[in-house]
Amino acid sequence: MTEDQPQATDAEVSAAVADAHRREWAFVLAATARVARDIDVAEECVQDAYVAALDAWSRQGVPRNPGAWLTTAARRRALDVQRRDRTLRSKLPLLIEPGSPPGTLGEAAGESPVAGLAPGGQAGAIPDDRLRLVFTCCHPALAREAQVALTLRLVCGLATAEIARGFLVPEPTMAARVTRAKKKISAARIPYRVPGPAELPDRLDAVLTVIHLLYTTGHTAPVGPQLVRAELVDRAIGLARMLCELMPDEREARGLLALLLLTDARRATRTAPDGRLLLLEEQDRSRWDRTAIAEGAALVTSALRGRPGPPGRFLLQAAIAAVHAQAPSYAGTDWPQLLLLYDELVCAWPTPVVALNRAVVHAMTDGPEAGLADIEAIEREGRLAGYRYLPAARADLLRRLGRHQDAAEAYRTALRLTENAAEQAFLAGRIAEVCGGGGAPE
Amino acid sequence: MSQYLILIYERESGYAEGGPEVWEAAGKAHGRFAEQLAEKGVQMLGGNALQPTQTATTIRDDIVTDGPFTETKEALGGYYLIEASDLDQALEVAKLCPAPFGGVEVRPIMDMSGSAG
Repeated sequence: MTEDQPQATDAEVSAAVADAHRREWAFVLAATARVARDIDVAEECVQDAYVAALDAWSRQGVPRNPGAWLTTAARRRALDVQRRDRTLRSKLPLLIEPGSPPGTLGEAAGESPVAGLAPGGQAGAIPDDRLRLVFTCCHPALAREAQVALTLRLVCGLATAEIARGFLVPEPTMAARVTRAKKKISAARIPYRVPGPAELPDRLDAVLTVIHLLYTTGHTAPVGPQLVRAELVDRAIGLARMLCELMPDEREARGLLALLLLTDARRATRTAPDGRLLLLEEQDRSRWDRTAIAEGAALVTSALRGRPGPPGRFLLQAAIAAVHAQAPSYAGTDWPQLLLLYDELVCAWPTPVVALNRAVVHAMTDGPEAGLADIEAIEREGRLAGYRYLPAARADLLRRLGRHQDAAEAYRTALRLTENAAEQAFLAGRIAEVCGGGGAPE
Repeated sequence: MSQYLILIYERESGYAEGGPEVWEAAGKAHGRFAEQLAEKGVQMLGGNALQPTQTATTIRDDIVTDGPFTETKEALGGYYLIEASDLDQALEVAKLCPAPFGGVEVRPIMDMSGSAG
């Protein structure tokens, strides 16, 4: 509540509160959870603080440090709730904060929660607990879908209705999922903590996987008319950026941010104006986001240079995306370099999907026959049955070999497996092409 | 501190068909588990092995029947009651619990005492 701020208009205040919601939610909630030691109470107090900000900021001006103002307000409320409900609260399982004696509540939680937190004070006085919040939301004792829902709800501050829309499930289903996950955190006593060095690689991988899943869900909406749900994509990039900032030495975190930036740089060119899906080779490279590509490529370079030991799956995927993003044209892509990266990726992350992508690159370096042989080997393993990109990739190689009938059949298989309208239209177009035109093989 | 029950679910045939060597190995493994708990400073409040499910008797609506509550491939064969600081410590310990013919389930004990912690 700085005195030197000029009076703000309602619109300015609303914009400032909305901006603080987007930027500061995780910070404010994470710091409040430490005091409240109960996620539901912390969430309520933070929501109250945002509501209070609308009024206070229009009277007193927008504070210089909105995050600190909100945190102070939310933590005060949390302490009030605790004092009022001490008897009631003490009967409920609390959010565990390791290192504090059990049952002592906020005041004795190893710090003085509001010391040095005069309104308008420095954010530095508040410990940054966002990592604790992230690792708690992505705890392996929670199912993946619960991890995703909790991350959006608690770290990004999305309403349950918004999350439900993002994942195309009914709102009551999503509400039940969030409630169940929160109950498990308190009843099973999932600790509010960043894991120690021994567990960190696995636990970080879970966090990165959740963020990547958010991105891919937004990037290729599995059902419906639109290929991209921008909200999820933006949230995922924001989370990856936050993680990089909080864990600057983790090269996989850097790899994930790079991967998302490099993939997203092509967002505008993935569909034609009529909604039709455009392949990498058809995309207008002049419309790719050069700023995002430069940032992503720089992250890849710095992370690869970073430390000894082989790079992990996110960094390798980012390196692959960087090769594509920096190629002058599809034909001018450095395919041998890509094949080398895919060979490393197959070692770091031996999944049939990676093997399929490698096969596509192999077809570029050694011809469609080589790629087709790889794909047939993957098919024999049977682990990718029902995966729509397998018949689609096979169909494409058959088309290039001039085997139009086989290609059409494979495209039809792919078509039966996809529910995304843009992808369906693309495959239908390919079928018409190989059945009708009978163009020369490439 | 919180209490957790580690439930050991295994294929009973593993022991029934395994012979005395399997029993001996299991006995040693559980002895070692108890030592590891002590080393980690985790208190074991109790634990037992159960007789196989063919000795079970089920009562439902006052009707007594021979056999377990539900027939499953992997049956509850034993348990430990431990006290741990949080789920992470409980899981760390449960990972060490021998269950060569199945796995373990970790369940938090409901606190009915009226005071947290």
